[in-house]
Amino acid sequence: MKNEPESRITLRVNGAEKHINVAPWTTLLDALRHYLDLTGTKKGCDHGQCGACTVLVNGRRINSCLTLAIMKDGADVTTIEGLANGETLDPMQQAFIDHDAFQCGYCTPGQICSARGLINEGRATTADEIRELMSGNICRCGAYPNIVAAIQQAMQVIERSAKP
Amino acid sequence: MNSFSYTRAGDVAGAVNEAATNRAAKFIAGGTNLIDLMKENLARPARLIDITRLPLNRIEDIPDGGLRLGALVTNADTAYNEQVEKRYPLLSRAILSGASAQLRNMATNGGNLLQRTRCYYFYDTATPCNKREPGTDCSAIEGFNRMHAVLGTSDQCIAVHPSDMCVALAALEAVVRVTGKNGDRTIPLADFHRLPGNTPDIDTNLREDEIITAIDLPAKGFAAHYAYLKVRDRKSYAFALVSVAAALEMSGDTIKETRLALGGVAHKPWRNIEAEALLNNKAATRDNFQIVAESIMSDAKGFEHNTFKIELAKRAIVRALKHAAQMEARL
Repeated sequence: MKNEPESRITLRVNGAEKHINVAPWTTLLDALRHYLDLTGTKKGCDHGQCGACTVLVNGRRINSCLTLAIMKDGADVTTIEGLANGETLDPMQQAFIDHDAFQCGYCTPGQICSARGLINEGRATTADEIRELMSGNICRCGAYPNIVAAIQQAMQVIERSAKP
Repeated sequence: MNSFSYTRAGDVAGAVNEAATNRAAKFIAGGTNLIDLMKENLARPARLIDITRLPLNRIEDIPDGGLRLGALVTNADTAYNEQVEKRYPLLSRAILSGASAQLRNMATNGGNLLQRTRCYYFYDTATPCNKREPGTDCSAIEGFNRMHAVLGTSDQCIAVHPSDMCVALAALEAVVRVTGKNGDRTIPLADFHRLPGNTPDIDTNLREDEIITAIDLPAKGFAAHYAYLKVRDRKSYAFALVSVAAALEMSGDTIKETRLALGGVAHKPWRNIEAEALLNNKAATRDNFQIVAESIMSDAKGFEHNTFKIELAKRAIVRALKHAAQMEARL
């Protein structure tokens, strides 16, 4: 690739302000993994088909592989590394452990971020709705029943903790 | 991906001016299709004009009683918009049957109109494709063409338009608002996409300097009698083999007006207004629906692997109309 001046952008990643230089074609996924050493977010298909790269941008789940970092200058990004509170796991992370919702684990960061986005959206309550609205996250090991069970548990925990 | 330069447009006029002065430039918004095409080396823009910060991100009432969908409102925000859900549930259903939650959170309304076909040969740069490289040949006509078109094809291209949203917009007779260097104009959705003919490389009638600013929905939303039926290989997150947007205006059991648009069968959302008119002042019966289905599909031409789509489309039309007329439970 020819030399194109890099641009300095600011991202608020997992609560901390980060300044990085990116080329226009650097995807948010590559920026997170290569420039910020946040390798929890995975590169699966790199074409928006598998969901392994799912992160939350301004609270909404997106495919970071189809997002140019430069276009998200100023955005708030949450990755799998930003969900836990110190040593206390996020209820969704804990639920994935409780329900054995992964085997190889490669899709898991994307599944968990996506499930967190799903809860923010508030559109799924039944198992069928969860399955439909999680269809953008592929699990090659086929842990789907356990993933749905984990999300149902986390939904209850998060709902309970949201009540005063 | 090719290298490219990047600029962020501050207003619509600036974006149009950038596009008009640099023909190798492309607008980018959600990026869900364009970035994929760039990674596949199918799109090689020398410059990207980021339009995501333009003020085209609202859904608002328009004086004729319709609803204006800003070009930059995401597919998710459109589908879940209270007014869209209430007044245009057909559109909401269609959008939510396409792509994944993540993609719908990114993809914009304008971009949905401009997405390109997912024909395997269009994506495979090792094979000839008239859409990708005019004059090379169509590999699908004699190839693996199970997903391909059965209506409006040409000997140059049998690709289908992949959108669900556009199928509902066609049934609702939406109008696309665009701005170019010569000012504003409107394009009825039916005239926005093209049939392949001898120029399958040109998907739409949007000019190179033009930007979509909004999609206007007419006041009539058919919220009482509608159905969006999508038939696909997987239950979720798959392109349509056949989809049907059906909307009826009824008086008792009598049909006053019919709108039918088909997806997955042609290079654009497919309408046949003459066939729809066959139902005017007719009773909502299975036999009458079958007559319309036969009429719409009478011109269909199958290829080696997709002839099944002709019968599938007929059955899908009848079923969607039955659901719209509430002869069966809501889909």
